[in-house]
Amino acid sequence: MDAPVVGESLESIVARAEDLTRDVRLDAVRAWKGEHPGKKAIGYLPVYVPREIIHAAGMLPVGIMGGGDQVEIVKGDAYFQSYLCHLPRSTIELGLDGSLDVLDGMIFPSTCDVIRNLSGMWQMLFPEKYVRYFDVPQDFDDRVGGEFYERELRSLIDDLAGLGGGEKVTDEALRRSIALFNENRAHVRAIYAARVKTPWLVPTSEVYLLLRAGNVLPVEEHNSLLGQYLEAARASARRPMDLARVALRGTFCEQPPIDLVRTLERAGCCIVDDDWVLAARWPKDDVAVDGDPVKSLVSAFLHRSPECPSVYLAEGKKGEALVASVKACGAEGVIFAAPSFCDPALLDQPMTQAAAKAAGIPTSAFLYSENTGQFQSIREQAGTFADSIKLS
Amino acid sequence: MATTTTTVEQARKDRSQDRQKAMLADYFHKLAIASETGGQTVHTFVPGNLTELIRSFDLLPVLPEINALQSGMRQKSGEYIQRAEKMGHSEDVCSYVKCDLGMLAGGNVGLTGEPLPRPDLLLLSYTGCFTFMKWFELLREETSAPTVMLHVPYQADGRITESMREYVVKQLREKVIPALEKLSGKKYDEDRLRENLSRSAAAEDDLVFVLESAKRVPSPIDAYFAAVYYVGPIFSAFRGTEDAVLYYQELREEIEDRIERGLGPMTPDGLLPEEKFRLVVEGPPNWTHFRDFWRMFHSEGAVIVASTYTKVGGVYDDGFRHDASRPLESLADYCMGCYTNRSLPARVEMIANYVRDYAADGFIVHSVKSCNSFSAGQLLMLREIERRTGKPGGFFESDLVDPRYFSPANVKNRIESYLQMIDQKRAGGTSR
Repeated sequence: MDAPVVGESLESIVARAEDLTRDVRLDAVRAWKGEHPGKKAIGYLPVYVPREIIHAAGMLPVGIMGGGDQVEIVKGDAYFQSYLCHLPRSTIELGLDGSLDVLDGMIFPSTCDVIRNLSGMWQMLFPEKYVRYFDVPQDFDDRVGGEFYERELRSLIDDLAGLGGGEKVTDEALRRSIALFNENRAHVRAIYAARVKTPWLVPTSEVYLLLRAGNVLPVEEHNSLLGQYLEAARASARRPMDLARVALRGTFCEQPPIDLVRTLERAGCCIVDDDWVLAARWPKDDVAVDGDPVKSLVSAFLHRSPECPSVYLAEGKKGEALVASVKACGAEGVIFAAPSFCDPALLDQPMTQAAAKAAGIPTSAFLYSENTGQFQSIREQAGTFADSIKLS
Repeated sequence: MATTTTTVEQARKDRSQDRQKAMLADYFHKLAIASETGGQTVHTFVPGNLTELIRSFDLLPVLPEINALQSGMRQKSGEYIQRAEKMGHSEDVCSYVKCDLGMLAGGNVGLTGEPLPRPDLLLLSYTGCFTFMKWFELLREETSAPTVMLHVPYQADGRITESMREYVVKQLREKVIPALEKLSGKKYDEDRLRENLSRSAAAEDDLVFVLESAKRVPSPIDAYFAAVYYVGPIFSAFRGTEDAVLYYQELREEIEDRIERGLGPMTPDGLLPEEKFRLVVEGPPNWTHFRDFWRMFHSEGAVIVASTYTKVGGVYDDGFRHDASRPLESLADYCMGCYTNRSLPARVEMIANYVRDYAADGFIVHSVKSCNSFSAGQLLMLREIERRTGKPGGFFESDLVDPRYFSPANVKNRIESYLQMIDQKRAGGTSR
């Protein structure tokens, strides 16, 4: 996969992003390691890990979002019962078929019981690899959850140092990494703002690919790609379309297949808000680059995390953030698209859906899995929903 | 096929059973009249429950999982679950949650036929199960009750670190205790907590004696089906009470008596005359068909000699005891030590040890749809335990309280096939 060239066409940028999104066997990571002999790559599952720390250790953080619709499950189904979501079985499949061998370690964020137990499975199946279950606090008091989280982060730094092949995570190095990821989040925010304002110029099916491309790219390169994309998209001659503006929720962990996103667009939905690839937008704004950088990461997590089903809502009511977001982006309805058997999303949904309804926001809901291949019923449902919004 | 024999003497209810029944009836009545008597309730979960602390404020613990499983046993859960699904809850999610919400929507009638009180406080002891968090977020929406979170870190590396302990103790001091003080209007009394913890430790000693009695051949108890009743008081509202101490003393005496008389386990159909199979079970039982499920084992002469479900509310057979000399640290260690808060490798180790220490012929994984905390990874656990022990594992699926997912014929068929396999292995000289 070639590096982007300045002035590249919009089509080639998007095509490259799609190649990277479909790079579930991590060719881009292999290429990076080839160019950086001795350096390590650390995978992480959705939803959130502090990528800044991995980067500051001189390692490549690699987002693992399962196998999507590209991986045939041969062995993975033998590890999971039928009533569990799809992401872990395709991730196990990729682990067992050697696709993830290029990774020197895996971090399993505190997302749900399935991902948590997957960390233990990884310990048993790949004892030669670094495996860490990454516990984030559900207490958001600086002196309580904050102190615990700071110790967790410092322990992660020690772990990475112990792996060798990296660099010592100095405060200075961490500040530099934070600045780079701040730039990354700023690019993403700019693209999301442009999508709200001129969605025909930055369609969601492209935005999604651009975000996912960052899972396998060094942040510096991803920053460049995002910048080029927005510039090229703004300069394009695309014209406005008469679509229903919708927000999408439920996709925070197991990611929808790109063809599902395209199906929603073809059905007349213009997605102006979503909750996928959350690690790229976590925290919601900049992490402070002055002061103690570990404490800055702690503070950002405690006080500026996006609302997400895997994070306890200590104050306020469920769905308030969704309603505020819908209003801010001018969405006319919400589609709740949850992966089958996703406990956090599906248990959250009645609360957030009720909040949306109470605010007079139309909603629609369906289930998917990362390898969903039949979209006819979803297209009909989304089309009906879009029509009902446009006609109301 | 083994048969059970029932004589007047054998089938008599043990005194401990009568005591437990009376304790439960009295307690549920207390809950039912709480609003008239000024009693205040704290809803919390079985794993990581802080009963000693809650009771030191004279507050009444309520455990929604217990309500759900009792609804399952009373054949009410199917109706409650369908009601919750009509309210918009997905078929895919935990049936305990839906059972609880459906029961609440239908008047919240409990075990004794009297309505249970609404929560005065939701103590979200977030131990070993992510769904707990969503459950109480939902319950908070329904009841507007104040909520206090106790985040219990997961033992991912098979150990409790000082950082984890410090975090839990700090939450207890700065979040949970102030919330209990505010609700009760009473100051935290550490001496009172210590007294409760001392009583807990005494009851835990006796419980461990009872559970470990199954190491004997034949076993005097069934350590899964019957043990569900044995762990009832200590997993629920009674740990740290004098009632619990007396119950476990009495239970221990009864088991000692059984040992002396060389008796096997008592089943719902009477005394098991011959122990043909000794098994370890991983996973919770099905509650909607509990007795049928039990009968599928005991009718074949299969005795469960150790189980992991009887450790969800606390693991005591590894030496842990609530410790009055370090009250909050001890509560923190208790929470973090609960079975589902342990890593998969640690769970494999525990089950493999059970198979060895209890001289089991094999082990069964009962995988329930509702509980990802238990179930995700069980197929790998099965292989690993088989590899380590050389004993055959059986695997079958159903659910906790959703009757739609328990297929009696299918489960029975699998159990019989599994036991036949053990027999064949024995005949080949590869087991026992």
